[in-house]
Amino acid sequence: MIRLIDVKKVYDNGTEALKGISFTIEDGDFVFLVGPSGSGKSTIIKLLTGEIVPTAGRVMVNGFSMGRISDKQIPYMRRTIGVIFQDFRLITNKTVWENLSLAMRAVGAGPREIKNRIPYVLELVGLKGKEGSFPDQLSGGEQQRVAIARALVNNPSTIVADEPTGNLDPARSLEIMTLLERINALGTTVVVVTHEKGLVNHFDKRVITINDGMVAGDGMGQYEVVK
Amino acid sequence: MKGNFGYFFREGSRNMFSHGFMSFAAIGITVACLLIMGTFSLVAYNADYNLKNLQKENAILAFIDETLSDEDAQALQSKVEAVPNVADATFVSRQEARDSYVAQYDEDDLYQDLDPSIFRHRFVIHLRDEGQLSETVEALRQVDGIAKVRADEAISAGFITARNVAGVISVTLIVILLIVSVFIISNTIKLTTFDRRDEIAIMKMVGATNGFIRWPFVFEGLLIGVFGAVIGFGLQWLLYNAIANGIAGSDTLQLLRVVSFAKIWWPVAGVFLLAGVLVGVGGSLMAIRKFLQV
Repeated sequence: MIRLIDVKKVYDNGTEALKGISFTIEDGDFVFLVGPSGSGKSTIIKLLTGEIVPTAGRVMVNGFSMGRISDKQIPYMRRTIGVIFQDFRLITNKTVWENLSLAMRAVGAGPREIKNRIPYVLELVGLKGKEGSFPDQLSGGEQQRVAIARALVNNPSTIVADEPTGNLDPARSLEIMTLLERINALGTTVVVVTHEKGLVNHFDKRVITINDGMVAGDGMGQYEVVK
Repeated sequence: MKGNFGYFFREGSRNMFSHGFMSFAAIGITVACLLIMGTFSLVAYNADYNLKNLQKENAILAFIDETLSDEDAQALQSKVEAVPNVADATFVSRQEARDSYVAQYDEDDLYQDLDPSIFRHRFVIHLRDEGQLSETVEALRQVDGIAKVRADEAISAGFITARNVAGVISVTLIVILLIVSVFIISNTIKLTTFDRRDEIAIMKMVGATNGFIRWPFVFEGLLIGVFGAVIGFGLQWLLYNAIANGIAGSDTLQLLRVVSFAKIWWPVAGVFLLAGVLVGVGGSLMAIRKFLQV
């Protein structure tokens, strides 16, 4: 479960990114986090992944209180979240298999576990047979699938996707979003940060709208353009 | 750690070879540092070795006043032994001194009828610390009944100077060169960490602990240090033997005794390896520290 209670964030340069945000995302939810550029979406992602701490308020992520979390606990908190980025962030000199196995090794998985888990995840994201390919040999959509597979491979309870379709054409974007919907159907909480209105409106999901560091809307259905 | 040992080692080796030139430079500087450090340490060690030999062989002779009777002369033993820094004192009578002298010229009839009375009773004295030779000689001169003290102060002082100078130089160089080595290795590994900053960020994002991220870089530093130590040791051996052979073949340096490298290779190898490992691992830990604050 993710819970933000009256969260404020002021950066060192004085920028007030969040001005008292509150919302809760229950386990198993699928949520779109939308809003214009500079509205505070990225700050929320950074708070959820432990890159920054709130200036005021409380951020709870899968049982961890982000304001009080120790440096040693952060890796263990991050293992509960799979993060997907717009630019994929794959290691280009490693194969698909190596990219995934590195993510598993990093959390202490053994060789047998790696051997069993990777084929399952690759099949889930539709990349069976691409184990030996390098990222550069794959299309943008396939690279994003590898990134999703990497986010999933350690079986996190939550997937946070930051503009996952920003570098893809509409058809590939729909495929990726459908894949995330399937993953959500398997029980994983999915939080998708996007500003692609068409895509959001295609899925009948909860939409939290952020504007000027505050929650401007929270409800099922359509992406309301903030004026 | 145990299960990932192979991975850490592979990644560390790959890092080292992927920055071939910088790794070569880091190994080179480690070799140079260890070689200079080793050479001065071995000079200090040999100076100390020669000094101890000198201590054993080059005893002080304390001649006893001729007016004393044989009994009174022998009775001085306890007074001589009570002098600070005296390790042992052996009484040598006139007759023994004469016999010993004549024995050196046993083929020369000229010395066979030598009268023992021209020799003095004496004590052959060994010191605990050759460094306090002058003070001890002076103290022996103050003992009633001792007429004269003879000691080879110049040779002893030469060895002490050589030992002390080599000791000071080696300690100073060890400190300076170790810092230089750590700095160079640290910069080499910084290049690797900079190259792999995205990979480090990804590993942190998926929940890798600092330890997991750190180990491949520690192995890289370790490998550089160990390679440097092994090459440095080999070169040190060659250099040492070349110098030892040079000294052995020189007429003017016959006085010096050089310890055979075969007798000291084991501790030298241990020190080289330890220094290489410390420098390598220290350098890598310094380099990676900043990148772990993601």
